Amino acid sequence: MVLSARGLSKSFGAFSAVRNVDLDIHHARVHALIGPNGAGKTTVFNLLTKFLQPTAGSITLLGSDITKTPPDKVARMGLVRSFQISAVFPHLSVLDNVRVALQRPNGLSTQFWLPASSLDRLNQQADALIETVGLKRERDAVAADLSYGRKRVLEIATTLALDPKVLLLDEPMAGMGQEDIGAVSNIIREVAKTRAVLMVEHNLSVVSDICHQVTVLQRGEILAEGDYETVAKDERVRLAYMGTEDA
Amino acid sequence: MSDVMHTTSTARTGRSATASRTYAAFLGIGLVLLIVAPLFFYPIFLMKLLCFALFACAFNLLLGYTGLLSFGHATFFGGAAYFTAHAVKEWAVTPEIGILVGVLGAAALGLIMGFFAIRRQGIYFAMITLALAQMFFFFCLQAEFTHGEDGIQSVPRGHLFGLVDLNDTTSMYYFVLGVFLIGMIVIWRFINSPFGMILKSIRENEQRAISLGYSVARYKLGAFVMSAALAGLAGGTKALVFQFATLTDVGWQMSGEVILMTLLGGIGTLIGPIFGAGLVVTLQNYLATSQFPVTIITGVVFMVCVLVFRRGIIGEFYASRLGRRLGFEHRR
Repeated sequence: MVLSARGLSKSFGAFSAVRNVDLDIHHARVHALIGPNGAGKTTVFNLLTKFLQPTAGSITLLGSDITKTPPDKVARMGLVRSFQISAVFPHLSVLDNVRVALQRPNGLSTQFWLPASSLDRLNQQADALIETVGLKRERDAVAADLSYGRKRVLEIATTLALDPKVLLLDEPMAGMGQEDIGAVSNIIREVAKTRAVLMVEHNLSVVSDICHQVTVLQRGEILAEGDYETVAKDERVRLAYMGTEDA
Repeated sequence: MSDVMHTTSTARTGRSATASRTYAAFLGIGLVLLIVAPLFFYPIFLMKLLCFALFACAFNLLLGYTGLLSFGHATFFGGAAYFTAHAVKEWAVTPEIGILVGVLGAAALGLIMGFFAIRRQGIYFAMITLALAQMFFFFCLQAEFTHGEDGIQSVPRGHLFGLVDLNDTTSMYYFVLGVFLIGMIVIWRFINSPFGMILKSIRENEQRAISLGYSVARYKLGAFVMSAALAGLAGGTKALVFQFATLTDVGWQMSGEVILMTLLGGIGTLIGPIFGAGLVVTLQNYLATSQFPVTIITGVVFMVCVLVFRRGIIGEFYASRLGRRLGFEHRR
């Protein structure tokens, strides 16, 4: 187990967005967090990555308590996330987006006396990542010019650049065409061989295809847990999320 | 789609090369003009212009490349003027050491102000910097070494490295030009460095930068201190040019003036603030003897710029058809 949460809760005034959530994320497994809109999935993501401070509960990453750790330190410890709305550096090129992610792990982020060309040594690594996610032809394009789906792919490339131990993907397939969905599913399946992946995803065919474990949230609480087949057969889930017909 | 994107990428690379050639050409012409300028213009006016141009560029380093609007940069400009003036007059150090004292003092002030302000954003950041700058203003008003409202007068220019007499106006001009060029090279290197790339990424998407493990507050503080030190370089040099340091340079009006210069020239452009400073200093200089209050003129120019040229003079030029043809691309 690489990431776990116990009794995780978050309230905004009188509104309780997440209540008493327990999660265990394991190495080399893809774990999906699903639920209807407003179920608290992204709030759980923000709590786990420390972009939000929990009202109650604790979070442990690789054996260390990170309940009070700031988000940048959590990222440096190996827990890296993507965002629901594609988070790229819009006026930087695709190559520069990936290089920015590579700068810190390669010790090239504080040198104000070195020329920008000193970052060229990261090109080989960046090009490999760009090729992995299929953005080779757009390498020198400005990120703002990419389609929404390609921006999501770029975000995955920058996330992978950190070689995280735990990867949190917030709706990675949102806005993607069918062709990209297949390619990104393969990428996630591949990267999950050597790390834990937790993803929020609405595309249930993707969830059934690549996820080993599914947690269903409803109104900030866990409704059901298990593999996809188990969850899909759960009557409460079918009623609350998937409908009464076949999931 | 991909083909179109590939073509766009190639075109962008081509424009970048054109921009580099255009920059090099403008740089060469600009250098020649600066070298021969004392033959055509009053050297003291030129030196004042260079000091304010460097001050505006230092301010732009923070606003244009980090997105932080400081309302207290007069602290570093005026503070360095006091430190340099005191060191040169009371400790009898050479002018280059005096300026170094000013730069270090400004950097220390920047570290203190930045420590308190950097974790706030927008109007809160601006207000904290303004409040701290006002505190420093009253410190300068009360402190013994600043001589209150009289300021430090009759500051000797001294001999550069103990050799070159800076009382000679021509020598002083080329010394100031040298300081200006060093400051600009430092700014250029800073923004075109691995550190500068992280600053740009923070300006573009702070949340994403945090999620990639960057301690954003530390990078902002680094930029703040560097901006303060360079503003100090400008302030210390100005104290030697005019041979005095007064409360005028630490007042809130000076902080407002540098914002005006930067906005007029173009935020986030390397040379925009130079043009903005040139415009403001020229207006102040040539309207100084006029009956018409210069502040009204600069106010009108500012309003026209905000309403019509929102990117500033150089920013609008970059965004124009000619600017794009020359390979410039303006971005905030």
